[in-house]
Amino acid sequence: MTDISVNSGQKQGLRGWLTDPYPTSPLQARLHQSWRMWRKLRRNGSALLGLGILLVIAFGALFAPYLATHNIFAQDLGNRLALPSAEHWMGTDELGRDIYSRLLFGARITLYIACLTAVISAPVGLIVGAVSGYFGGWVDTVLMRVTEVFLAFPSLVLALAFVSALGPGINNAIIAISLTAWPPIARLARAETMIIRKSDYISAVRLQGASALRIVTRHVMPMCLPSVVARVTLNMASIILSAAGLGFLGLGAQPPSPEWGAMLSSARQFILSNGYVAAAPGMAILLTSVAFNLFGDGLRDVLDPRHD
Amino acid sequence: MADTGTMTTAVGPTVGGGGMLLPRALRILRLIGSVMVTLLGLAALTFMIGRLLPIDPVLAVLGDNATQSAYDAMAAKMGLDQPLPVQFANYLWKLAHLDLGNSLLSGRPVSSEIARVFPATMELATLAMLMGTGIGVPLGIVAAVYRNSWIDHLARILSLLGYSAPNFWLGLMGLVLFYSVLGWVGGPGRIDMIYEFDLQPVTGFYLIDAALAGNWAVFGNVFSHLILPASILALSALAYISRMTRTFMIEQLEQEYVIAARAKGVGRWRLVWSHVFRNIAVQVITVVALSYAFLLEGAVLTETVFAWPGFGRYMTNSLLAGDMNSVVGCTLLIGVIFVSLNLICDILYNIIDPRTR
Repeated sequence: MTDISVNSGQKQGLRGWLTDPYPTSPLQARLHQSWRMWRKLRRNGSALLGLGILLVIAFGALFAPYLATHNIFAQDLGNRLALPSAEHWMGTDELGRDIYSRLLFGARITLYIACLTAVISAPVGLIVGAVSGYFGGWVDTVLMRVTEVFLAFPSLVLALAFVSALGPGINNAIIAISLTAWPPIARLARAETMIIRKSDYISAVRLQGASALRIVTRHVMPMCLPSVVARVTLNMASIILSAAGLGFLGLGAQPPSPEWGAMLSSARQFILSNGYVAAAPGMAILLTSVAFNLFGDGLRDVLDPRHD
Repeated sequence: MADTGTMTTAVGPTVGGGGMLLPRALRILRLIGSVMVTLLGLAALTFMIGRLLPIDPVLAVLGDNATQSAYDAMAAKMGLDQPLPVQFANYLWKLAHLDLGNSLLSGRPVSSEIARVFPATMELATLAMLMGTGIGVPLGIVAAVYRNSWIDHLARILSLLGYSAPNFWLGLMGLVLFYSVLGWVGGPGRIDMIYEFDLQPVTGFYLIDAALAGNWAVFGNVFSHLILPASILALSALAYISRMTRTFMIEQLEQEYVIAARAKGVGRWRLVWSHVFRNIAVQVITVVALSYAFLLEGAVLTETVFAWPGFGRYMTNSLLAGDMNSVVGCTLLIGVIFVSLNLICDILYNIIDPRTR
C-alpha cells in the first residue's frame, strides 16, 4: 500500500490523478474504474480490432457528405454495373450510382437502426428484468412468462411477423426488431438482480426506509448496467443482421435508400452476370457485425466478471 | 445468436430427488404444464399480430369497392363482428383443430399449404444440421483439447464468421462463385427442370425419393442443388455448435477427475472420448436441437436467395402479398417447433443426465 502511494505521489498530471489511490471525489473514483477497465480492454487485441473497425465505420457515417465522391441518388445509365475504377472506387450499381458513396450513407442508416434499437430495447429489458428479479413472486412469474413467449420465436421470424403487420419501412423495422431484442436483456438483468437483491447494501438501504421504486432504480439497475451494456453491444451484431435481412426482403428500408440490405436486394437481379455489385454491401454488413461481436466479447470480459 | 433462448431454466426447483420415479414424473408433468402456458402465450401473441394489421382483412378479401352490406356479411362470416375475447376463443378452438384459416392468396387451408412446402425445408435443414454437427462437435472438442493452438484459432474465426455473416449474402456470393463461375453446383431451385418429372414424390425429401427410385442421375442433380444452401446454413449451425462444445469441454477438462485419470495414465484421446465427452453429451444434444430451430430461422432468408420452394420462401411470399393468415400460421408453427425442441431438451436433461436427479 505505502509503496503505491509513494509512487503515485510522485506522478503528476492526468495519469497520476487517474491512478491516485485516494480519490477525492466521486467523479475521480468513477474515472479510476473506467481507466482500469480501459487498461484491461487494451490488452485484448481482438476487442481493440473490433473497436477500431467500429470507429472507422462511425467516422465514415459521420462525415459521409465530405467523404462521398458522388451524389448517391444521381443515376448514370450509360455507366451501369461498371467495374471499380479511379472514378468509381467500388464500381456502380444497376442504375449507375456510385457504390462507395452509397455504402458511406448506408453506414448512417445501419448505425441509426442499431443505436435506436439498443436505446429502445435495453431500458425495456432492464426494467422488466430488474422489476421481475427484485419483486419475485407472481410479478416474476407473469413477466417471465411473457419474456418466454417472446423468446419462443427466433428473432428474425418474429420481426418479420411484426413488420408484416405494421407495414414495411425503416421505423417499423426498428420497432419490430426492438420488440424481439428486449427479452434476452430482461433475462440477464433478472439474473443479476436476483444476486444483487440478497446483498447487504440493499438490506441497509431498505432499513433506511427507501421505497421499492428507489431501490430498483437507484441501487439495483445501476449495478446491472455493465453486463447489460456488454450484452447490448454483442446484440448489435444480430440486430444489424436482422435489419439487413428485412431490407433484403424489401420490408425494411425502401429503395432508393442506400441501406446495405436494400442494396443487396436490388443487386440480386444482376448477381449472376455482375456478382461484384453485391460484394461490397455484404462485406460492409459482415465487417460491422464482426466488429460488434469482437468488441462486445471484449467488453463482456471487462464489464461482466461473473460471466465465465 | 449467442443467447440460446433455451428454456432449461424454466425447470422448476427440484422436487424431491433420489431415484424415486414419482417426483421425476411430477417434475416432467409440471414442465409440460408450463409449456402449455407458453403455448397459450404464443397463440395470444400471434393473435395480436394478426389484429395489428393496418390493412382491413375484410377489404383484403372483398376489394376496396365492396358495398356496406357485403362488407358486414363478410365481417360476420370471418367472425370479425364478435368481441375480441370471443374472437380469441374462436382462434384457439380452430388452432386446437389444426385449422390456421385459409390463405388469402390461394384460398386453400394454410395448414395444408405448409404441409406441402415443409419437406423441402426439412430436407435442407436436416442436411445442414448433419453437416454442422459432424464438423462442429469434433472441431469444438479438438479446439478445447488443443487450446490456443492454430486449430483453436481456426475454430474461433470460423464461428465468428458464422455468427457475423449475413447468410443471404453468403448465398448470393456462393451462387456467383460455385454456380456461375465454377459451375460446380446446381443453381437455384431444388432440381433441374428436365429431371422434374422423373421424380415420384413419396416422402417429399427429394434425396430419399430419388434413392428409393434408384434413379441416381436425379439423385446427383438434387444433391448438386442441395449442397450449397445446406453448407451455408450449416456454417451458422457449426459456429454455434463448435463454440458451445468447446465451452462445455473446457469446463470438464478443468475438473479434477481429468487430472486424476491423466495421473493414472489414461491416454489423452481415450480420456476425451470415454470420460469427458460422455459428461457433455446431453448438453451437446441440447445445443444441436436448438441449432435445428435456428436453422429454420436461417432458412427464411436462404430459401429466398436460392428460390427454394420451402417454408421460408412461402412465408416471405405471403408476407410480401399481405397474406396475414399464412404469416401468422408460419410464425406460430416456428414458435411451436421451438418450444417443443426446448421441451424435449429439458426432458432429456431430466431423464438422461444423472446429475439433475
